[in-house]
Amino acid sequence: MNAAEPQGRRPRHLTAGRIGIYAFLITAALFFMLPLWIMVVTSLKPMEEIRLGNILALPAAMTFEAWTKAWSSACTGLECNGISVGFWNSVRILIPSVILSIIAGAINGYALSFWRVRGANVMFGILLLGAFIPYQVFLYPLVRIFSLTGIYNSLTCIVLVHVIFGLPTMTLLFRNYYAGLPIELFKAARIDGGGFWTIFLRVILPMSTPILVVATILQVTGIWNDFIFGLTFAGRENLPMTVQLNNIVNSTQGERAYNVDMAATMLAALVPLVVYFVSGRWFVRGIAAGAVKG
Amino acid sequence: MDTISIRAPSVPSSGAKVRRSVRTRLPAAFALLPTALVVLVVYIGCMLWTVRLSFTSSTLLPKLDWFGFTQYTRLFANDRFVTSAENIVIFGALFISGCLIIGFLLAVFIEQNVRGEGLFRTVFLYPYAMSFVVTGVAWQWFLNPGLGLQKLVRDMGFESFTFDWLVNQRMAIYTIVIAGLWHGSGLTMAIMLAGLRGIDKDLWKAAKIDGIPTWRVYTSVVLPLLRPMVVTATVLLATGVVKLYDLVVAMTLGGPGIATEVPAKFVMDHLFERNNIGLGTAAATIMLITVVSVLAPWVYTRYVRPQGRHA
Repeated sequence: MNAAEPQGRRPRHLTAGRIGIYAFLITAALFFMLPLWIMVVTSLKPMEEIRLGNILALPAAMTFEAWTKAWSSACTGLECNGISVGFWNSVRILIPSVILSIIAGAINGYALSFWRVRGANVMFGILLLGAFIPYQVFLYPLVRIFSLTGIYNSLTCIVLVHVIFGLPTMTLLFRNYYAGLPIELFKAARIDGGGFWTIFLRVILPMSTPILVVATILQVTGIWNDFIFGLTFAGRENLPMTVQLNNIVNSTQGERAYNVDMAATMLAALVPLVVYFVSGRWFVRGIAAGAVKG
Repeated sequence: MDTISIRAPSVPSSGAKVRRSVRTRLPAAFALLPTALVVLVVYIGCMLWTVRLSFTSSTLLPKLDWFGFTQYTRLFANDRFVTSAENIVIFGALFISGCLIIGFLLAVFIEQNVRGEGLFRTVFLYPYAMSFVVTGVAWQWFLNPGLGLQKLVRDMGFESFTFDWLVNQRMAIYTIVIAGLWHGSGLTMAIMLAGLRGIDKDLWKAAKIDGIPTWRVYTSVVLPLLRPMVVTATVLLATGVVKLYDLVVAMTLGGPGIATEVPAKFVMDHLFERNNIGLGTAAATIMLITVVSVLAPWVYTRYVRPQGRHA
């Protein structure tokens, strides 16, 4: 590792140190790429080829059979309709959850940063602490409450759960963003006679595009990747893709079809990966902003 | 708890103004009402309910009797729970320190004006966009001794090579650590890199004039400057540790045997599969106490001590 010592700030030549730096970075990059590479090549191989080993090798006889099978006919327990069922369930959960949790966060953030409401900061403090408490502490009573109200195991239920547990991050995100807007803007709108909702819709919301993008990235990846809430609250009819993937992979009878498993895994990873590659630097901004840093 | 109501200005100039202010602030209070209800019912109510249930003899259905600390005595005599607790300590220590070290190194190396910086950043961070289920399934496939890494190396001619951690009772938890590091290191790198970029470039000139070796500058000057980033990353990673559940379910299902059980899984299993609500909620309460006791000093230094401005 000594050779990898950085030699000053802007070296021009390819010194031993530079080679060390690249060697380290490329080795690390290979390690990070490895699982993705293995997933892709495995998903494109027929089972006969997989049984030979050579987990890293490119497929000799490339086939997309595993992908179609994973999408439309892989078995999760007794049903064999593929992971497409889970995909569409995830979409149906994702859209209302993302929209509602962002609306809730924006309104909360706006009310908290521009309007002085007594007790609001205490509420916000508890909400933030809530973000750190393990979900297991809330799950059982929540299940009881939802059972009593008759919405347990439904789409409404899982969406509500996502909105509830998205509140801390979303509120924090918008509160911090709005705290950075000039207060004069708000005061001027007040003098002009704007009320709570008018100012929000006409003045604040039009200035919120960057934070709306960040919030959307955070929520789309977060909700798409959720496992525990989907498992607990969505009900058999609405199981999201992550849960279905786990069922496909970990409950197969007989010989496991690794190529189908990997194709299903790739399909489940596709949405967040697309979000990640398209959003680029915004993604990092999202995590940094979502980090509860006060 | 404070209820949401309307605060009058500290020095009201006239009664009429106060009344007007109350009227205009009413919609703000109403807008916060749903969240206040959620805080009361879910974040406080459900938490207290869980704690209360842990003192009952509830099994399949919740009861509201008084069972004393019996569930807690049972819990600490339970092999599965003790293993879970040990595992989460091992995982937490290795995962947090590993992510910090790897993340810091990656950030430092990326900061050396390398070509293809954007590409490296993208490669190091993409695992973070994937779910734990995907991560677990991918690593389970790569590390399975039959067709994965072990077979690969054996086929290359090293026939005695053995890497069976995934199915080895003593080593399985470390495969979860490996998958966790793969998933989380990029995040630490991104946070550290942002910190490094914020450091004044003159620092390097000063260090060069003084003839201080680069590694010394990193350990003695840069690292202390990065303290806030280290804290942020640690808090983020630590919340991930407590939530560790999906990765284990997807990768080992707690096995082989009970070798990779973790507290979150213990609670879920006892609440929803093993019909032992008393024991499950007791374990959840222990998780709660652990998190609060770790969190309290951080909240104290961050929010309580610097009085006045709530950051």
